[in-house]
Amino acid sequence: MANTYANAPQMKFKFGRVALYLILIFVGILALLPFVWMVLSSFKSFGDFINIEFSSVPSALKSFWPWPPFGTSPPEFGNYPEAIRRIDLSSTYKTLTGIPLLARQFFNTFLVAAVSVTGVLITSALAAYAFAMLEFPGKKILFVAVLAALMIPEELVLVPRVIMMYEPLSGEALASQDFIISLIPRTGWQNTYAALTIPFMASAFAIFLLRQYFMQIPKDLFDAARIDGAGHMRYLAQMMMPLAKPAFMTVGLLTFIGAWNEFKWTQLVTRDLPMRTLSVSLQNFLQTDGGAEGQLAMAVAVMIVLPIVILYLFTQQYFVEGVAKSGVK
Amino acid sequence: MTTLHAKTPDKPRPRSGLSKGAKEALMAYGFLSPALIILIGFTLIPVIIGFVISLSNFRVIFREWIGFDNYTRALQPDSELWPSLGATITYSLISVPLQLSLALGLALVLYQKLKGRAFFRVVMFLPYITSTVASAAVWARMFSPDLGLINAVIRAFGGVGPKWLLENKGIFTLMSQSMNLNLPDWLTGPSLAMTAVIIYTTWVFVGYDTTIFLGGLGNIPNEMYEAARIDGANAWQILKDITIPLLSPTTFFLSLVTIIGTFKAFNHIWVMTRGDNGTMTAALLTYKQMYEFQRAGYASALAFLLFTLILGVTIFQQLYGNRHTNY
Repeated sequence: MANTYANAPQMKFKFGRVALYLILIFVGILALLPFVWMVLSSFKSFGDFINIEFSSVPSALKSFWPWPPFGTSPPEFGNYPEAIRRIDLSSTYKTLTGIPLLARQFFNTFLVAAVSVTGVLITSALAAYAFAMLEFPGKKILFVAVLAALMIPEELVLVPRVIMMYEPLSGEALASQDFIISLIPRTGWQNTYAALTIPFMASAFAIFLLRQYFMQIPKDLFDAARIDGAGHMRYLAQMMMPLAKPAFMTVGLLTFIGAWNEFKWTQLVTRDLPMRTLSVSLQNFLQTDGGAEGQLAMAVAVMIVLPIVILYLFTQQYFVEGVAKSGVK
Repeated sequence: MTTLHAKTPDKPRPRSGLSKGAKEALMAYGFLSPALIILIGFTLIPVIIGFVISLSNFRVIFREWIGFDNYTRALQPDSELWPSLGATITYSLISVPLQLSLALGLALVLYQKLKGRAFFRVVMFLPYITSTVASAAVWARMFSPDLGLINAVIRAFGGVGPKWLLENKGIFTLMSQSMNLNLPDWLTGPSLAMTAVIIYTTWVFVGYDTTIFLGGLGNIPNEMYEAARIDGANAWQILKDITIPLLSPTTFFLSLVTIIGTFKAFNHIWVMTRGDNGTMTAALLTYKQMYEFQRAGYASALAFLLFTLILGVTIFQQLYGNRHTNY
């Protein structure tokens, strides 16, 4: 019983182990192959990239690995600077500032992800604490509001959110506007960082998850802290947050990845290329040079995927545990 | 302390002049306000705004109120909504069972005492966390008819590589053509482009589904297996009579999440096909109306119709699932 897996059901396939390992290896290869293909392709010349031939073993090896010992081409490290240069051609940003456009888009993506994570963690921790630990009138109805927000898919509010990002109407235009339409709040955040971050700085899911976590922490702990003179704020920061670290990690990481990979919204509310993020940039690039010269698109894809893969490899236990738990309730 | 003061009004009142309960309530509102302002402002209120807009022909600017015209237009017999719903349902009906059965099989394998199990769990989860735009771009390349990896493999085995993402014909039609059969129109199957999208979707989500199944498997008490083994049950009977029934809450949760996921799927389909060749699902149609034509009113109406459908599926599943799930 000490080891949970010690009594795990052993399906007694006689040909067992070997077959199971073969399945795992096959699945593992399938899962990794596109990544391997992406990375290898990003170092190929255009000629090698389009020359894929599996008719014989040497040519198949060469298709994957056109460099020595299977082929004769030198690795094309130049794809990365070339992709950056081609993306620069799509706007005047590089000429005006001297900074590569892709670098700016990298910065945008990182900034949006970091601000979203910080925002979600702070607002959700505070709200979850109030729901778990404090008594106040209207608690039930406000919690129902959070649950309602949890159930509303983003797709439903995409269009009205875009309109809320429009420029506010000035006096005359506002007066001639239909009364009901004039009530729609317009922030003028289109094409700014505010549009990419503020609507995503709170999460009903995060509030719900953290509240569940906080409620498991015994109240006696708070009474003890109270005697030591700690207020709610200090108790939250110094006791609850360290105790609920796994929940914070899961929420933070999922938010980071969601923001890093976000595409739909950014494409709708940004107009200028220097305001866009990596996903949108790659999609635009695929429509132009990246579509014609795939090895350059692969180089951009590697640059987008790499930071997330590194983050994942260092923190994978939080992902796997967090997701596994989410299914069990 | 404060209650004591309340009873003796002539003594000095506490500094804030508020009872302990009121203080706590004020603090609670302070704690709640940042999250609630954002959630109410950018999620709940937009639902109302979205509905209001769907009653108008808002397109960059407001023009006029048109009642439910957007809805009736979307529900016309020749509306583009019907083919897109067909594509959505095809996508859902094929990819959900495919994903879940593969994931269940893999979860059962990974639940065994195998070396390197932890490593495989990490590897399998990788597609799920990577940017869908980036991985869909890679797969779109691999599906390329002349220059792609997949057709190169097919050619190596003497086959003729199909056009994948560029092929509008159904897979059953294509198969029957190669056997010189003629299929009736209703039996064409999903377009080959949709099939490619489904293959990609499976690649992305199987690891996630497997992880959740593993969580569910871990919740089944070992005593159940031991009792069954003492009774002489074989592996197949254990699977059929213990594992699968006791796993049903997880299966139920997962099928709900995956069905909703297929209804909302967007990024990868947009990158791979832009909705061409039988892959214009309802989610893509809605986005296209907004992104390419700025038809905010019509797009809102479509979003509401899609939401109603998702809600209907959820309610149906809850009712059906509660009757057929063993907790």
